Amino acid sequence: MLPLISQLPLADWINEFVDWLTQFTGFFNGITTGIGAVVDLFQWFFDLLPQWLFILIILGLTYWATRPARKWTLLGFELLGLLLIWNLGFWRDMTQTLTLVLTSSLIALIIGIPLGILMAKSKTFEAIMKPILDLMQTMPAFVYLIPAVAFFGIGMVPGVIASVIFAMPPTVRMTNLGIRQVPADLIEAADSYGSTGWQKLIKVQLPLAKSTLMAGVNQSMMLALSMVVIASMIGAMGLGTQVYFAVGRNDAGSGFTSGLAIVILAIILDRMTQAFNKKKN
Amino acid sequence: MTTKVEVKQLTKIFGKRIPKAKELLKEHKSKAEILEATGATVGVDQANFKVNAGEIFVIMGLSGSGKSTLIRMINRLIEPTDGQILIDDQDLMTLDKKALLEVRRKKMSMVFQNFALFPNRTILENTGYGLEVQGVEKTVRDKKSHDALELVGLHGYDNEYPQQLSGGMQQRVGLARALANDAEILLMDEAFSALDPLNRKDMQDELLDLQETMHKTIIFISHDLNEALRIGDRIMIMRDGEVVQTGTPEEILTHPANHYVERFIEDVDRTKLLTAANVMIRPNTVNIDKDGPRIAIRRMRDNDISSIYVIDSNRKFVGFADADDVIKLIQDNNPDLRSVVQTNVPETTADTPVRDLIEKISTTPIPFAVLDDQHRLVGIIVRGAVLGAIAGNEVNA
Repeated sequence: MLPLISQLPLADWINEFVDWLTQFTGFFNGITTGIGAVVDLFQWFFDLLPQWLFILIILGLTYWATRPARKWTLLGFELLGLLLIWNLGFWRDMTQTLTLVLTSSLIALIIGIPLGILMAKSKTFEAIMKPILDLMQTMPAFVYLIPAVAFFGIGMVPGVIASVIFAMPPTVRMTNLGIRQVPADLIEAADSYGSTGWQKLIKVQLPLAKSTLMAGVNQSMMLALSMVVIASMIGAMGLGTQVYFAVGRNDAGSGFTSGLAIVILAIILDRMTQAFNKKKN
Repeated sequence: MTTKVEVKQLTKIFGKRIPKAKELLKEHKSKAEILEATGATVGVDQANFKVNAGEIFVIMGLSGSGKSTLIRMINRLIEPTDGQILIDDQDLMTLDKKALLEVRRKKMSMVFQNFALFPNRTILENTGYGLEVQGVEKTVRDKKSHDALELVGLHGYDNEYPQQLSGGMQQRVGLARALANDAEILLMDEAFSALDPLNRKDMQDELLDLQETMHKTIIFISHDLNEALRIGDRIMIMRDGEVVQTGTPEEILTHPANHYVERFIEDVDRTKLLTAANVMIRPNTVNIDKDGPRIAIRRMRDNDISSIYVIDSNRKFVGFADADDVIKLIQDNNPDLRSVVQTNVPETTADTPVRDLIEKISTTPIPFAVLDDQHRLVGIIVRGAVLGAIAGNEVNA
């Protein structure tokens, strides 16, 4: 039976669609400029800070966020880890990676939270979004690197875009989940006192969904970090580039050291966002 | 008497194929028949009633009788399938979204069974929630909220969070939140059902006291006949989504509308109706694991009593100590209360009918200890309270 139906030209259709999209160059250039500005701002700030001050700030923030429990092991790890990165000569790569991660997470947050809220408010929207989120998380990242380069050129920006696509789903899902988990009687209470939908969201749903939502943000950040090597293939600079080069040169030593730097950064980011989340509650 | 709330033919059907179910309902088919024919569940079946301004109207029924659905239709938290709700002769069903918000803000406030306090807000912020959504300025709002909290007897908890308060106190906050925005109608959904017997009685008293000065129109849902008889000016009994009877407690007791009501109120002679929980009072206690004779004697002096109940750190009941014996301990410089604790105290449980206690209570000089199933002391019963209760006086805990 099957040979009777000719092969569907799905790939051709997608190519045509991508070609069609390229006529909106102005729009994509706008996005590139916007994201590029955010990336430059972060990078400018990190380049401004001397290494010792950067380390002090990280330690200070961690100390403040984990008060009153004094987590000396964490602080010690952060100090030694950052000193190691400095010593290995990965400092600027580390700040570039941090810029990539922070920019992607910020964008994932700005787009993801409203999407999550809409999902919580509308069953139809939830039904539409769920497969899209699955697609975003499971479609191999290399696949959307091709159009990303077509639309956004090479460099940090397409790297950010690719990271956002991969990293956003947890924020969306956890926002949706957090809002849906607010106990029904609190929603009834908010309604019975005449809250508008907006008041209910701001005063009751979001504050009570906060810790779930923040867990999503933490996840997004970790996923964004896991994209740095792939992003480096389209010119996003950072620790990923070092790994990528090491692979190309078949250099196990420097591949491992730059990988280690990524792990150190990941642990620091993870513990800090968790600490901030706990503190808020 | 003016009518404040009037409900006409109010119906709620859950599920699909509602128009068909509605038709069958009009043909007086039973709930079960409608469920079979359409798969739809009838929550409330064409309820009609009027609530007068300033009265406490208790809607009474067992679980599944539709009372919670009914009260939620009065402020349209649940959208009625059919019928009318008139508040001051204004039909709520004709209101648009904005006007409905206005009614919810200004005309009625709701108190919930499980308190429904916002855990992320302080007690003061919880109390002021209704005013906050109306856009009342913070200083005014805080003042009104504070006054409402004082009114329900909560002093000095303004900046605490709900989790830090006991159930009874949390429900006082729930009540204060409802009072703070000065609505004329209070909707109370099993408001006291989650409280322990003593606290429940305290809250009922509190509500009756407040009502004497406030004259709110209160629609109160309950599944507890004692509670309904105690606080209701009028009672409406529901069963399977239908109104069975509406009347004053007296009317319901003397002229039950049908067999169902009759069974409900079956021989309500006071001694049977009243259980130990209704006549017990709060005991003064000392903790044997922690308190010594001096604490015991001071507590007795402060409360003008000549004996005190002894519990341990797990609130388990231990016994009873007499002032004379305790004073002797102090004179002998003996710090251990244990040696003077008497354990021959008559015990009972909270749900024992008072009738079963009368004989025993008249023969023992020591008040009964009321214990729960974990042997914890929940109250005591003194002789005078039992006799008073039988004679129809209220017991004040």
